[in-house]
Amino acid sequence: MNILELHNLKKYFATQKAVDDISFEVEQGSIFGLLGPNGAGKTTLLRMITGIFYPDSGHIIFNGKKYDPVNDVAYIGYMPEERGLYKKMKIGEQAIYLARLKGLSKTDAIEKIKAWFVKFEMQSWWNKKVEDLSKGMSQKLQFVTTVLHEPKLIILDEPFSGLDPVNANLIKDEIFNLAKKGSTIIFSTHRMEQVEEICSHIVLVNKGNKILDGTVTDIKNRFKENIYKIEAKTSAENLMTYIFEVIKHQPQELLIKLQHDSTTNDVLKHFINQDIAIHSFNEVLPTLNDIFIKLVEGTPEARQFQEIK
Amino acid sequence: MNKISLILKREYITRVRNKTFLLSTFLLPIVMMLFIFGTAFFAMSAKDKFKKVAVVNDPGLFTVNLKSDSTRMQFVFTSNVDSTNFTEKGYDAVLDLHNDSASRRFTVHSKKQLGIEGTQLIENRLDRAFEKERLMKKGIQKETLDSISKETSGMFAIENRLTNEKGVSEGVNAKVNYGIGFGSGILIYITMFIFGAMVMRGVMEEKTNRIAEVMVSSVKPFQLMMGKIFGIAAVGLTQLLLWVVLLIALSTIAGYFLPSEIIQQAGQASNNIPGGMNQNSQMAMQLSHMLKNFSNVNWFMIIGCFMFYFLGGYLFYASLFAAIGSVINEDPQEAQSLMLPITMPIIFGFIILTSNLSTPDSTVMVWASIIPFTSPIVMMGRVPSGVPWPQLLLSMVLLIGGFLFTTWLAGKIYRTGILMYGKKASWKEMFKWAFRKS
Repeated sequence: MNILELHNLKKYFATQKAVDDISFEVEQGSIFGLLGPNGAGKTTLLRMITGIFYPDSGHIIFNGKKYDPVNDVAYIGYMPEERGLYKKMKIGEQAIYLARLKGLSKTDAIEKIKAWFVKFEMQSWWNKKVEDLSKGMSQKLQFVTTVLHEPKLIILDEPFSGLDPVNANLIKDEIFNLAKKGSTIIFSTHRMEQVEEICSHIVLVNKGNKILDGTVTDIKNRFKENIYKIEAKTSAENLMTYIFEVIKHQPQELLIKLQHDSTTNDVLKHFINQDIAIHSFNEVLPTLNDIFIKLVEGTPEARQFQEIK
Repeated sequence: MNKISLILKREYITRVRNKTFLLSTFLLPIVMMLFIFGTAFFAMSAKDKFKKVAVVNDPGLFTVNLKSDSTRMQFVFTSNVDSTNFTEKGYDAVLDLHNDSASRRFTVHSKKQLGIEGTQLIENRLDRAFEKERLMKKGIQKETLDSISKETSGMFAIENRLTNEKGVSEGVNAKVNYGIGFGSGILIYITMFIFGAMVMRGVMEEKTNRIAEVMVSSVKPFQLMMGKIFGIAAVGLTQLLLWVVLLIALSTIAGYFLPSEIIQQAGQASNNIPGGMNQNSQMAMQLSHMLKNFSNVNWFMIIGCFMFYFLGGYLFYASLFAAIGSVINEDPQEAQSLMLPITMPIIFGFIILTSNLSTPDSTVMVWASIIPFTSPIVMMGRVPSGVPWPQLLLSMVLLIGGFLFTTWLAGKIYRTGILMYGKKASWKEMFKWAFRKS
């Protein structure tokens, strides 16, 4: 079942088509990656999903019904890229306040906050002010306030920026936990290694358009270039063949790309015939980073402003 | 609605618990009382000194009629005193009446400044002496003159009674009305700025802290704005109430502990601020008149109108201040230039009030008290002397309508502005945001 469906969303600003006809679906319980270079329109898209902006055209289906921002925001937790908390407020009070704005009762809020604070070892923070916290600490607090009301849909914009590896892992584990419990997570970033690790499904947007949509393995397979890594002792005369092209040659290791219609078995036969011992033979799939760069490259680095008529 | 009340509560509690709030609430009345009683005290101690003035070179015009003031100054006619030796002879000053008949200017030599009061007293006495001298020259006996002046001093007082529509006459006192109108107008003017700026800074804080985006993902921007505006309104009312209570309490306490002369002097000092230096006896008379007329003032009407215009004026401008706060970034300079179009009408209203307060029914005052941009300040100048019901109602209705309009307008600017970073919005852009269809 899809928790969220976007249908032909459009949002034009005075000088930019920030989001230009984007549609995709997010399955319940999945960890969904929304990727794109800076200024691709990710934040605008997320703001439409969180009800901050209204789309110029198109519609959103949330939880099987037409999205109603006023009531549905209670089921959404949003952590924007630009974090923000009231600096002068005490941490405990701040968490209660934000939770109550999401519709929790005071006692519920306190109970849940205490549980989270124990989990994240933040008990001693209750009466401190936000301005006393370091960046990483306030990031943790921000995460807690985002997921406190057990939203069905959690939207995290660059959740790991500014976190040390220990805390990043802590948050990552929580993300997996929340997904296991049935929450859906939309995860926006341009850090590809995290996406590969965490997300099951991704959408890539660039210049306001969706340019890629699928599961991580699907996409990798779609963009594979038939490159294989072979661990074997070879010399230059062993590699005179039309079956493959050598990309990188080291005494113990070889990177090749299949040529014409040859198959992996052709390659293996080639080496076996020459009586060369093969220690390992692996396909090298492109990293998301490679795919990302390949797709986005060639488009101007920064988005240009254009006149919208 | 529930969300607005949550936001309101937070705004109120964080502000009321703030040290600045506590300091300004409790210190201001104390400082005000200290100021009034301090000036009274200094005025007293300056006056305490009884001055002995030697009068020399009298051409004969003043000898008979120049009267000493029993509490403040004694004139002694002598001849062997001059500006070099008056202190040795036991005088505080020497008044040289060497007649320069063309200019009629005389000189007083003294070690310490006599002050305006001192010189005015001398001038006053000389004038009276000269007047008497002239009258005597025309053949009026000195005794007759003395008895007349005794009879006539402080004999009359004017009481202005107004006849209202029902034909019942009511006592009024232009001075009391002036004082109340001026006081409440200036109070509304100041609080509008203080609390308007508070709203603006609150919005700016939310924007620069980047909490705004988190907030608007839970509540509508309009709710956020209204919660803040109402929260700060509650703060303003609390502060106003505390000031009144504290001022009453402090002046009561002062009444027990301070000598009565200082209290009396303080009463004069606080009433005397706009006016010049009046004679003691006149002052006391005016004071008793004012006190008598205080009970004639329609306090119910004034307090009711004050509350209405205090809140109405604040609400009318607060949302505009919020809109300004939402479009500026961290640079306070930007705030200055964008605030100008909002502060101008407020200042304009204040100028109209102060320059036309003595004629509360003039055309300028009537119009300025109806148009919502200036009405909160100007109307309070008119209320004590009575405003026709249709005008008052029109003014109130327009203010409520104006508040709804500015809030609607500001809400649209606020919604867009609060999430815009990087550049300051121009007036043209804000205009577009405000009037586009959502």
